[in-house]
Amino acid sequence: MASYWRKTWPFHLLLLPALVLVIIFAYIPLFGAAIAFEDYQPWLGIKGSPWVGFEHFRTIFEYPDSKQVIINTLIIASLKLVFNLVIPVIFALLLNEVVNTYFKRVVQTLVYLPHFLSWVILGGILIDLLSTEGGIVNRFLNVLGMKSIFFLGDGQWFRFTVIVSDIWKEFGFSAIIFLATLVGIDPSLYEAAEIDGATRWQQVVNITLPLILPIVIVVATLSLGRVLDGGQDQILNLYNPLVYSHGDILDTFVYREGLMSGKFSFGTAVGLFKSAVGFIMILISYRLAYKLANYRIF
Amino acid sequence: MRYRSRSYAVFTVTNTIFLALLGLLCILPLIHVLAVSFSSRAAATANIVNFWPVGFTADAYSNTLGNHDFLRAMWIGVERTVLSTIVSMAVVTMAAYSLSKSSIRFPGRQLYTWIFVFTMLFSGGLIPGYIVVSKLHMIDTMWALILPGAVSVWNMILMLNFFRSLPPELEEAALIDGAGHLRVLWSVYLPVSLPSIATLSLFCMVGSWNSWFDGMIYISKPSGYPLATFLHSMIVSDNLSRVGVSADQVQNFSSRTVKDSQIFIGALPILLVYPFLQKYFVKGIVLGSVKS
Repeated sequence: MASYWRKTWPFHLLLLPALVLVIIFAYIPLFGAAIAFEDYQPWLGIKGSPWVGFEHFRTIFEYPDSKQVIINTLIIASLKLVFNLVIPVIFALLLNEVVNTYFKRVVQTLVYLPHFLSWVILGGILIDLLSTEGGIVNRFLNVLGMKSIFFLGDGQWFRFTVIVSDIWKEFGFSAIIFLATLVGIDPSLYEAAEIDGATRWQQVVNITLPLILPIVIVVATLSLGRVLDGGQDQILNLYNPLVYSHGDILDTFVYREGLMSGKFSFGTAVGLFKSAVGFIMILISYRLAYKLANYRIF
Repeated sequence: MRYRSRSYAVFTVTNTIFLALLGLLCILPLIHVLAVSFSSRAAATANIVNFWPVGFTADAYSNTLGNHDFLRAMWIGVERTVLSTIVSMAVVTMAAYSLSKSSIRFPGRQLYTWIFVFTMLFSGGLIPGYIVVSKLHMIDTMWALILPGAVSVWNMILMLNFFRSLPPELEEAALIDGAGHLRVLWSVYLPVSLPSIATLSLFCMVGSWNSWFDGMIYISKPSGYPLATFLHSMIVSDNLSRVGVSADQVQNFSSRTVKDSQIFIGALPILLVYPFLQKYFVKGIVLGSVKS
């Protein structure tokens, strides 16, 4: 034991700052989540507050608002998951057909950019663009002879806007991993196919698709863990009381009901419910990714 | 000539046009906001600005840059970004050095790795985190914006993989010469890792410049907001007024040109570091996500 420490103390020392921070800001809150089972009163503290068991969790499913919130979350998150997989794959396939490297690089530079801008900036831009009082998108629709659309004030349109703008922000960046795989495909496969008289379409179907399928499966399964992540960052920058009914997701609900209105215990219960479902989904998805595509994180 | 067929030629042309439009679609919104910010107030209110300023003027910018609240928020944002990056990179690099050792040299490595990775998978949630920060009396201090997010496990994994790719002889030679591990990390590993460190630092900077939610919950007075939080509160209040929440509830409502100039200034640092960032992140992403 003594010799173990003599040999490894510098490693422990170097890990110490990170470890202390993680314990304070990740593990202590984990135990602090016990307040989900209490009627937490800030002045009584975690130890002094009365225990109520699973009452808050029952409330989640009885409360009329929370049912709607769970439905919103599932709709928004699952549509995002599907489109944020399909569209980047299609985009990567199309970009891969471009021969001119200069053009390719310019397109890539442009489509990656929105990923690096925050939702605060993009939210501000979208609100300006989509405004019904002369926002450029509605002006364009008017020119085409259509009526203005209340993108951020009508529930259904709000969901549509949230999903489309998320795709717009991320599709380029999500495509990177598929592009990298496509670049790695051995060109002699295509040459051989061409000599055999395969058309470009046949080459895509018989060579490209089978070769990127494993990575598509990995990305698809790993994203399952986010099935309750509707994107709090985005929604908090876009929504307003008019669309709470269609736009509220679990995270924004925790923020508004739990933190803003001071229902600490109920908010924590909702957060814990989300965390637990997410954790189970991540375990399942890692299992699946390992089975289907032999993928391991470490 | 590849794939000589008529239909493929048609496809190539359509595809090129489509991709060019897609690329444009990603920056046109930004260009529109830029055009509005440089237009006269009258032109902006009359909704005649498209992608080129109408009645060019930089008034909105002189207004924004003369606004004390905005400048203070920008300064806090810069301060927060610099401090967060330094703290986070120091902590993460030190930990990554230890975790990059083999399990034989450093038994216990596996346990530590799981302690960190677990925090990526499961969290206590927003409210317990808030209670911890407030119990530590960090509300309304810079520390609340720096420390809770300082350990980026993702960056730690990228750094660890990079350290592992270095030739082991480097370290062995230094150890034989009598250097301790702290010395090896500082004078051998760090100098050769500068490109990686630069990349991860850029990611850190972008992340902390962009983050606004922690400012919203941990800072109670708007005078302590970093720029991203300041912009958020401005945008949301502006949005409220547009959907008909009464105007007198809405403070710091400013004209559209001024608002767009503020949005653009908020995005400017990202637009400036983006070219440097772009060179590296493809490698980083691929390294981090697929390993065979």
